[in-house]
Amino acid sequence: MKFHFKTDYDQDIRMFPDWWNFSLYAALLVLALCLPLLIDPFFLGEATNVLIWATAGLGLMLLTGQTGQVSLGHSAFMALGCYSCVLMMEANVPFLAAFLLAGVITGIVGALIAIPALKLHGVYLAIATLALAILADDIIVLLKEWTDGVNGKMSPPIDLFGYEISRWNNPVEWYYLTLAVVLMVTLFYRNLLRAPLGRAFAAVRDSEISAQAMGVNVAQTKTIAFGISCAITGLGGALMGLFAGAFNNETFNFLLSIQLLMMIVVGGLGFIHGAFLGAVVIAFLPQVLSMTTDLFGRGVAIPGLESGVFGVILILFILFEPMGLYGRWLKIRTFLELFPFARKDMFKRQKSYLKTERLR
Amino acid sequence: MEVLQLLISGLANGCVYGLIALGFVLIYKATEAVNFAQGDFMMLGAFVTLGLVNPEYMGIPFWLALPLVFVIMGVLGYLLDLVVLRAVFGQSQVAVIIVTIALGFVIRFAVGEIWGHEPQSLRSPLALGDVRVGDLVLGLADVAVIIVTVIMTILLWQFFQRTKMGLAMQAASQNQMAAYYMGIPVKRIQGMVWALAGIVAAVAGILYASKGALDPSAGFIGIKAFAAAVIGGFGSLPGALLGGLIVGVIEPFAARYLPPGWSQIAPYALLIAVLLFRPHGLFAQVRAKKV
Repeated sequence: MKFHFKTDYDQDIRMFPDWWNFSLYAALLVLALCLPLLIDPFFLGEATNVLIWATAGLGLMLLTGQTGQVSLGHSAFMALGCYSCVLMMEANVPFLAAFLLAGVITGIVGALIAIPALKLHGVYLAIATLALAILADDIIVLLKEWTDGVNGKMSPPIDLFGYEISRWNNPVEWYYLTLAVVLMVTLFYRNLLRAPLGRAFAAVRDSEISAQAMGVNVAQTKTIAFGISCAITGLGGALMGLFAGAFNNETFNFLLSIQLLMMIVVGGLGFIHGAFLGAVVIAFLPQVLSMTTDLFGRGVAIPGLESGVFGVILILFILFEPMGLYGRWLKIRTFLELFPFARKDMFKRQKSYLKTERLR
Repeated sequence: MEVLQLLISGLANGCVYGLIALGFVLIYKATEAVNFAQGDFMMLGAFVTLGLVNPEYMGIPFWLALPLVFVIMGVLGYLLDLVVLRAVFGQSQVAVIIVTIALGFVIRFAVGEIWGHEPQSLRSPLALGDVRVGDLVLGLADVAVIIVTVIMTILLWQFFQRTKMGLAMQAASQNQMAAYYMGIPVKRIQGMVWALAGIVAAVAGILYASKGALDPSAGFIGIKAFAAAVIGGFGSLPGALLGGLIVGVIEPFAARYLPPGWSQIAPYALLIAVLLFRPHGLFAQVRAKKV
């Protein structure tokens, strides 16, 4: 059991509370950097996939986990990020500029959409964003001149400072590219949470009324959260499209945003770690399932098995571990650190009972 | 004439949307949560009926199977509440949204495994073929769907206005704590509401299956029913039905008069427009939140 003896207010907002914590993350970074030496190209591709999902998940986590707004429409923003990045690359904008601009564009569009949408609460917001995701699918088809509709687009080769990166020729470089993006996003995210804006997000999530009383501009905070969240998700979408090689409107189906939401819930809502753990689950679940069905001798893929199993996993998580995988790890860690003084109810949350605003 | 024909088929479709939306509203009224799996409930209800009635499965006569379907769906709804939803009781609305979406996935998978993914058609006595009135070709199924829906709505409305159980459901939805203090068994009441929603879903499913082929992805029309419920203003039964009719009527007219590709956007565009300009629907039951 460690005690942090506080002598300074800055200690509360340090990036790493102590040297042990810092060295753990440093070790993780070294492991991530050495990963290409340790595993073969197939699994490296899977690792890249995990990191891409994690990027998109971090975007949604910022909105749902930190600010408490549910969005079922993030597939629309992934599509926007992807199409704008690829269109700019086709117009001979250098990759780096196109990629970052795609994020900025998605963020701005997201914030613009957020202004009217965030008047809505909880369920209504979820439904409005779900409608947005479905509309995005149709709009991609309608904007045939730019998006090539249902035929889809091939992603152009990535040219980074005169150095070509393609998934098949040099997967290691692709991995490092994704890792760099994820690191950038994670650092940004972590720093945001330490800044006043991040505190405002948490205040809005926990109670809008008390946030307002503390001087937080709720509408503005929500809009900014939506914008940043969309920007990050857009980057994830751009990576996903480029990594897939070819994409069309079906790639960014509304089911993608449901998957994204489920992913961050399984990982642990409100934790950066949760986005990564959820990404590992969602990226490796299809492999595990196909291995299991092979084991039982049903060679043919069972349609809908993946989402069915994922649904069951999700229900079990909400019932037995609402804090997700990372929450479970926190509980285990606390148990070990405090042994034998840990108690079952240490993580118990206050239940909230409903009181409607309806008149009858 | 063409307009009238579009109108009738639109109304019939709208009734199915309206009935699914009724399911949303029932659960929303009683538990202040939205069941994102209601569309899949409808699909499940239709497949249960199909499994009982169709000769290639069990071949029970339709009118004999009907009460059986209601019992099965009602019990299923109650059990779902007992096992899954009651554990989420007291957690945030987000948890309920996610749980019900996941339930939808599970139901779709289970139905696909049991009855297969190919489109099938239900041997329904409502699928009577067409009738000619002048130039007008009316599907009798369409007319039957409209009549059944109207009866269903009136029954439910009276149930909520007149019966003790209905009033208890309303009380439990307005303030769970206060309802407890008044001696209402809130948890059991919520289970009953889920059972009722299961039965309404079964009715919607049978009507839907009478109008055409059925496959496990039929549950996705639940999303259009969202539009219906939102337009009606979640929490109002007649509103849900009216919203369903509006969505149902807009669809065929949009398909007829708008360029291809734009018509399927219409219901969702309408949904977003209503949410933006009248966020609490046409039958608003909410006033501005006072702190």
